[in-house]
Parts: sequence; C-alpha cells; structure tokens
Amino acid sequence: MLRSAVALLSAVLMFAGPAEANKVFVTNERSNNVTVLDSQSWEVIATFPAGNRPRGITISPDGKELYVCASDDDTVRVFDPETYKELHTLPSGPDPELFALDPSGNPLYVANEDDNLVTVVDVKTRQVLAEIPVGVEPEGVAVSPDAKTIINTSETTNMAHFINASTYEIVHNVRVDQRPRYAEFTADGKKLYVSSEIGGTVSVIDLTASEPAIAKKIGFAVPGILPEWLQPVGVKATKDGSRVFVALGPANRVAVIDAAKDEVLDYLLVGQRVWQMAFTPDEEFLITTNGNSNDVSVIDVKEETVIRSVQVGEQPWGVVVAPN
Amino acid sequence: MSDPRLALAVFCAAMLVALPLRAMEVKAAVLRIDRVVGPPISRLDAPPADLGFAGAMLGNEDNRTTGAFTDTDYTLRTQAVAPDKAAAALDTLKAEGFGLITVIAEGDILKALSDRAGAEVLLLNAGARDETLRDVDCRANVLHVSPSRSMLSDSVIQFLMWKKWPRILLIRGSHPEDTLLAENYRKSAAKFGATIVEEREFVDTGGARRTDTGHVMVQKQIPVFTQDAEDYDVIIAADEAGVFAPYLPYHSWDPRPVAGSAGLRPVSWHAAQEAWGATQFQRRFEKLTGRGMREEDYQTWLAMRVIGEAVMQSGKTDPASVRAYALSADFELAAFKGQKLTFRPWNGQLRQPILLTDGRVTVSVSPQDGYLHQNSPLDTLGIDAPETACHVFGG
Repeated sequence: MLRSAVALLSAVLMFAGPAEANKVFVTNERSNNVTVLDSQSWEVIATFPAGNRPRGITISPDGKELYVCASDDDTVRVFDPETYKELHTLPSGPDPELFALDPSGNPLYVANEDDNLVTVVDVKTRQVLAEIPVGVEPEGVAVSPDAKTIINTSETTNMAHFINASTYEIVHNVRVDQRPRYAEFTADGKKLYVSSEIGGTVSVIDLTASEPAIAKKIGFAVPGILPEWLQPVGVKATKDGSRVFVALGPANRVAVIDAAKDEVLDYLLVGQRVWQMAFTPDEEFLITTNGNSNDVSVIDVKEETVIRSVQVGEQPWGVVVAPN
Repeated sequence: MSDPRLALAVFCAAMLVALPLRAMEVKAAVLRIDRVVGPPISRLDAPPADLGFAGAMLGNEDNRTTGAFTDTDYTLRTQAVAPDKAAAALDTLKAEGFGLITVIAEGDILKALSDRAGAEVLLLNAGARDETLRDVDCRANVLHVSPSRSMLSDSVIQFLMWKKWPRILLIRGSHPEDTLLAENYRKSAAKFGATIVEEREFVDTGGARRTDTGHVMVQKQIPVFTQDAEDYDVIIAADEAGVFAPYLPYHSWDPRPVAGSAGLRPVSWHAAQEAWGATQFQRRFEKLTGRGMREEDYQTWLAMRVIGEAVMQSGKTDPASVRAYALSADFELAAFKGQKLTFRPWNGQLRQPILLTDGRVTVSVSPQDGYLHQNSPLDTLGIDAPETACHVFGG
C-alpha cells in the first residue's frame, strides 16, 4: 500500500518535474562493477558486479538490455537494467573495449584490438554476423544516423575507416592524427568528429561531398597545462548541432566547442583523467567519467558549467544513460 | 649529355608518366651485428635467436596492414652477421635496393657502417647507446631510435631526486663501456643536483660466469666490496658489460637499494609494461613470437613504424624523403608511452619517455613530474641542443 502510494506520488512528481529521472550506468574498470546513479538526485542507487575489467557500455533503444564490454573476460555481458541480473553474454572476440549499437538496436559493432577486426554481432540470435578486417588496433566505433555507415578508428594505423553497413566493406579511409580513440557523428549526419589522443587534435570530417574529407583539425591549449597532456578521448555532439564536448584525458578538462565554427569556446575543469561521456536523453546534463579521481562530473549543458561530482567505483571508464 | 644521372632521371620520369597508378613499394632491412659474448649472469637474459628481428616483423605487419589501405607494399629482410662481415652485408643490401636499414650493432661498427653507407641510405640505430654517435661523431644518414646512455642515466637520477635519495655510491665495471656509462651518471648527477659520495671499480678478473654454487662466493664477496662506504642513499651500478651488477641487490654491506644496471633499471621497453594501451601491443608480439618483447624488439618496431609513418604521411618512399619527414615538425609517432614521440632535428635522436623497471613491473616513468623544459619535458633527458657538438643536421 505504502509502496504504491510512493510510486503514485513519484509518478506525479515526475510528471510535474522539469526532467525525468534516468538511470546512469558507469563502468568501473578496476573495481569490476557498474555504479548506477539517479540523474535527478545524483545519488548512487545501486552497484553490481559486471565481470572483469568492464569498459565500454551501451543500452538498447528500448532500455531493456544493458551491454558491457568485459575486457578481461573476452566477452560482452548483457544485463537487465532493472534487476541488474546478467541475462547472457555475446560473442565479442578477445578484449572488447568499445562498441556501437545500430540505431534500431541490432546489430552490435565491436572493435577487437588484438585481431584488427570489427566484429558484427546479432544481439538477438547472439551470433557473429561478420568480421571486418580493419587497421591495426581498432578502437572507436560509431554508426551514422541513417545506419548506412559504420566508422571504426584504428589506433596504430591512424585512420577512420568508413564501412558500408550492408556489404561490410571498407569504402573510404581517412587519415587522422596519432592514436584515434573515438568517433562521433552530428545528428544530421553531415559531420564526423574523430579524436586523436596522442596527436592532441579532433579531426572534423565533412561528409557532404562525394568523398569524406577533413575540413578542419581542432587543437587545444590550456594555460598552465603541458601540451602533451591535452589528450582528446571522448566526444559528444548535441542533437541541435550547436555544441561538441571533448574529454581531454590527463588535462582534467572538457573542451566546449562551437559546432558551427568548430572552435573551442571554453574548458571546463572536471575530475582527473576524464575519459568517456554521455548525455541525459533531454541533453540537460553531460556526465563524464574521471578515471584517476574515481568520480563522475555532471555538466549542466545549457549553462556550460560543472554542477557536481559524484564518487563512483574505482577507475570509472564508460557511461551510458537509460532512455526515457 | 652523356651524364648517366640525367639519362636515368629522364627514364624515371617516363616511367612515372607511363605508370601513374603503380603501388608504392618500401624495402626495409634489419642488420644485426653479433659479437661472440659469453652467457649472461642470469640465464633469463640469454638473447633469443630472433632478438630485434621479431620487433621489426611486428612493425612490418603493422605497416602492411596500414599499407593495404594506401596501396603501399612493405617488405622486410632480416640478417645477422659477425662484425667482420658487417661491411659486406651492408654492400649487398644496398646493391639489392634496400635503402632503409635498421642496425643493431655496437657504436664503433655503426659508425663505420654509416660512413660506408653514403647519403643515399638511411640507417636507423636500434642498438648502440653511445653518446658520441649523437654528438661529435653524429652522421646525417643515421636516426637513433634507441635511447642514448645520457637519456637513461638522466631518467634514473631524476627519479632518485624525486625520491630525495641524492647521495650515490657509484660502482662501475672495468670495461670501456662501463667507464662511459659511469661518466654519464656523473654528468646526470651534476645536472640534477645529486652527489656521488664515492666511486668504486669492480674489476672483471675474467673466468667463467657460470659456476656451481657461485652464490656462496657472491654472498661473501659483495658485502666486503661495499663495506666502509661514505654515507649514501642508493647504489648505482654502471655495468654495461654485464659482469657484476645483478649481484649487488641484497648483498651490499649497508641495506640500500640498487639502481642502474641492476635493481631499478632504465629501459626503452619491457615485457610487463601495460599502460597507455600497451597490453594489446604486447599480446600481438607474443602471438607472433611466443615470447616477451625486449628492448631491441621495441626499438626495431619503432624503426619500422618511423618508416611507416613517414611513408604514409609524405607519400614518398625514398630514404631522403623518409629522413626529411621524420625530422620535420609534422612527424609524430604514438608508441605506447603516453605521448607522441618526435625526433630532435639537431641530432636525429628520437625523444621518448624511459621506463624504470625492477624487472617485474614498471616502477616509474621518466621524465619525472616537475622537470620542465621550454621545448618538451622529454628534452630534460639526454644532451640538449645548446650543448651539442653535432652540426651535420644543420643545427
């Protein structure tokens, strides 16, 4: 009786409130678990074991399945986002680190660093559909908004590979700076951002012509920080196409970029060794994982300020927010 | 008009016009000069037959994978010869069209090879650590991917200063290379404010290194050898010849840590390194060879990757273009050390962080925090531009 009253009250509050509360899932690479936060209260609401060395994390569009790269288990673990119980595993190849889900929720594209392959996994049948040979040490994976192109960045070949999502063939290769880590499309599919951790740049690739071409390379400079430590990793673009946020690793900053001009507007101080990021569904907040300070920072996207940090497990790596 | 070079140029130009879409071809070689040496003190350190070659093979594989996307074909030749066959081996490689040659050899041999090779060949030094090769005896046709002795000694002293262990008992061996290494430790100590409170020489009296129950003698000899030293914080062993340093830890008269040629060692690489994405790199190497990666392998891998990056970025395969791109401000290489590696354009030395290892884990990585430089913190390791005697690079 009491519980249903609380549930009813919560439902009313949620309806009235400015934003829905969503679950935020953070993988903790060292403590081998996932921390669950509430995106309204920013309280830790649960912690559950997630296999050995959990890193990349994503969730199905319907919010029913949570996918975690358990790197040292050489598998992708699938969890129920409500009960936190492991449902099953997916074949991933050795040492999965990052992956991307097709916008429809199937298939899953997994980068296998050891074998220079991108593995395509059907999340329903749990079968490997294809293995696509790419450059040395594939890392970042992205799927275009129209789901027709898969991007993979290879860290030692230093390219963004453009893969046709129906034939699984590489159609273009774009050279970028050293150690490309992450690829992010704009919502309109007209631009692709690729971060180069060691090169210290973000390449802006124009996709409007017949061949993709680098339109600009964005560099970074923060007074008092050695240029060597400005190492771009995670990249997130807002849906309205106005802003791009870039996590700068050991510089402990997130760069705010004006996406119209592709120029840096500001640097936000977050926790130590900032790695990956995720928006809440309404893009009110951006959450960053800070691997060396064992916390996440919460950025108010509109105000472009850090509003708080929340302690999570040891060495947080990846983050995803449940859909509405 | 009978100039054969002009005729060749015209011929090449004709070929280029005729075959505009021909794939690029890169021919790289590794030449290892093996001197006959006795077994190392620890049999764990015995060199594998493919030392250095295996690293180059991995680098070549990496280049080939990338080359598949850029229509560039890479071939690799590996060869080990005795010192008296070094010159002939170089001549043969040159004659067969290998213009990018990575060399693992001692300093005097590398110097002789670089003088013989001529300007049309680019040598990549993946072995010799001699300071003079990067200084008074530097050659314009040599790039050094292996760190110099002073980069290694500086990296140790920086760490000791960070630890506030500035008082050093320096123990050097009696071989010429030990003398050179000891000299570098003296210079590094002066550079960073450490004090060599006393220096002792461990004379190599020859004899077999492998004897039954040898440890009984060691346990008696080393305490006596290290007795009555001035107050010190740490022993530094300068034993490049590999005669005594591994015997120092636990046997010194005073309970003090050991660094240098034993204990905490400065290395370009070791098989336990995992930071900065190195785990996948180590696994790829282990899959290829069935063993852990050694310094020589990392250095030859670096040499292949320098070639691969320069070719991919410049679109040219000839040694002069590879050299020019490698020394340009555009060159940068990710090599699992947390920051990009670049060349010092004034002497052809690859800048790189140095790992400090106890043999099992990475204890620290130099340069240490707080050692700053107007150009790059990496330039706090080794000879810097203002003090160089190398001028053939136009510096």
